Amino acid sequence: MSRSITRAEVEHVARLARLALSDEELDGFARELGVILEHAEDLAALDLDDVEPTAHPLPLVNVLRPDEVRPSLDRDEVLGQAPAVEDGRFRVPRILDAP
Amino acid sequence: MPVQDYQAVIGLEVHTELNTATKLFCGCVNEFGAEPNTNVCPVCLGLPGSLPVLNAAAVDAALRLAEALGFRVPAQSLFARKNYFYPDMPKDFQISQYEEPILSDGSLDVDGTPVGIERAHLEEDTGKTVHVGGGGRIHEADHSLVDYNRAGVPLMEIVSRPDLRSSEQARTYVAELRAVLRAIGVSDVKMEEGSLRVDANVSVRPVGSEAFGTKVEVKNMNSLRSVGRAIDFEIERQVGQLDSGERVVQETRHWDEADGSTHSMRVKEGSSDYRFFPEPDLVPVAPSDEQRARVRASMPELPAARRARMVGEWGVADADAQILLNVEGLADYAEAAVAVLHGGTPRDVAHWCTGAVQAFLRETGTTPAVLALAPDGLAELVDLVADGTLSRSQAQDVLGECLREPKRPRQVIAERGLAQLSDEGELASVVDRVLAENPDVVTQYRDGDAAERKKKRGFLMGQAIAATSRQGNPKVLGDLLDQRLST
Repeated sequence: MSRSITRAEVEHVARLARLALSDEELDGFARELGVILEHAEDLAALDLDDVEPTAHPLPLVNVLRPDEVRPSLDRDEVLGQAPAVEDGRFRVPRILDAP
Repeated sequence: MPVQDYQAVIGLEVHTELNTATKLFCGCVNEFGAEPNTNVCPVCLGLPGSLPVLNAAAVDAALRLAEALGFRVPAQSLFARKNYFYPDMPKDFQISQYEEPILSDGSLDVDGTPVGIERAHLEEDTGKTVHVGGGGRIHEADHSLVDYNRAGVPLMEIVSRPDLRSSEQARTYVAELRAVLRAIGVSDVKMEEGSLRVDANVSVRPVGSEAFGTKVEVKNMNSLRSVGRAIDFEIERQVGQLDSGERVVQETRHWDEADGSTHSMRVKEGSSDYRFFPEPDLVPVAPSDEQRARVRASMPELPAARRARMVGEWGVADADAQILLNVEGLADYAEAAVAVLHGGTPRDVAHWCTGAVQAFLRETGTTPAVLALAPDGLAELVDLVADGTLSRSQAQDVLGECLREPKRPRQVIAERGLAQLSDEGELASVVDRVLAENPDVVTQYRDGDAAERKKKRGFLMGQAIAATSRQGNPKVLGDLLDQRLST
């Protein structure tokens, strides 16, 4: 069962990812993402009843570190990388528009 | 319909910051109140190429909670990315747990009613934003400033089932949960510092109805009191809407402590838009039986059992035991005092702890651990009342001074010459002297009727108490006097 992705869905995902896409790009991504989805749907044709779902390909669990303090970065060095700084904090543009 | 014809249905989401030494996925210090952006590193700043590694102590904390609240610990749990655009997380996502949380199906007893807890999961806290201009409100701000010290601090989110039916029950649930978290030592649970935060899902339905009403999420409650007030406000607001024929809108509302009401928050992104997916940089957590056994062996006595012991063995009222457990460190303080009593009773220790000591803590905003009066000092006071050295009202005064100044009860007694004189031999000689000095009065007593006897006895008592500079124990003096007058 094949399911193509609509242009509206691409627009929605692009908005969530804060991507500004042109009309041509929207059409292009709709086509490309559709192909990827189709490929994923090939898996649905397989009989996987006996296969445990996995979130990771590696046979590893419990990679933990002891609760020990390690040095943090120098604040001036950190803030020196930021485009704008105020009062020892990262300065960011207004977050939400007025309601 | 009046409010009482509706039933409220409440579920709570409690976020508690874990008191580990370091953050959840990096070795930066986990502390409150540091200079902005001093506890940050490539991992918690989300710099390219950095990789998170899970803090073992956070897993232990979750396992402790599992023991305390009877959670099931699934064989494996996973971390997931919650994607959103907001500058409080430099990565533009938060590492949380989604489909497979570390704990599921727990429960907490609230005044005899088991309240279901659907899940508890680990996630990282976000940074702190300050909005500049527009009175500090996000919508009107000119720009915002971000401090990432809190970004990556371990949080446990504990999600109850919608089993609560009143604001009172919700408050008790939070108080109990807080006591448990404190007892098992995983969090500082300070609501005012944000190390314990509560969101409430509130809906109402006609009494007898099985279906749930539309739920509203209420945020920003910074004290137990505001949890109660916000829920009560929200219940009334929703009932009012239904009564006037309107529908309750599913939304998130912000509690405003100052004006005592909830305000609609602008919808950011719906949960389906968070695009959760398994965190590729972290492998599953699979607590082993050995790890669980080790945690089980190190569990302390839990608040419910401790309260039952205080009620059963100390003879303390349940409400007082509750106070001892709900005020940080007060139960430990009381226990330490009880451990060194000589003659006094645990019940008296509890009496002073829930009274003057608690009042003093509240007034000064301090904790028992830093009180000038150490627990053995309180035990000394209780013993001095028990052996008759001090009357209760004298003890109240002495305690007040010992709480304010670094002084021991005996020192205050000596300084003020307060001690009640109870030594029977000493008092007997006082009584004998008074009787010898007043032979006429004694004769009048022996010859008099009941009224006359009462009068003369009162006179002799007054003389005796005066002769001890008012420090003689009135009960002992009275007994001695009666003994001699009746022979």
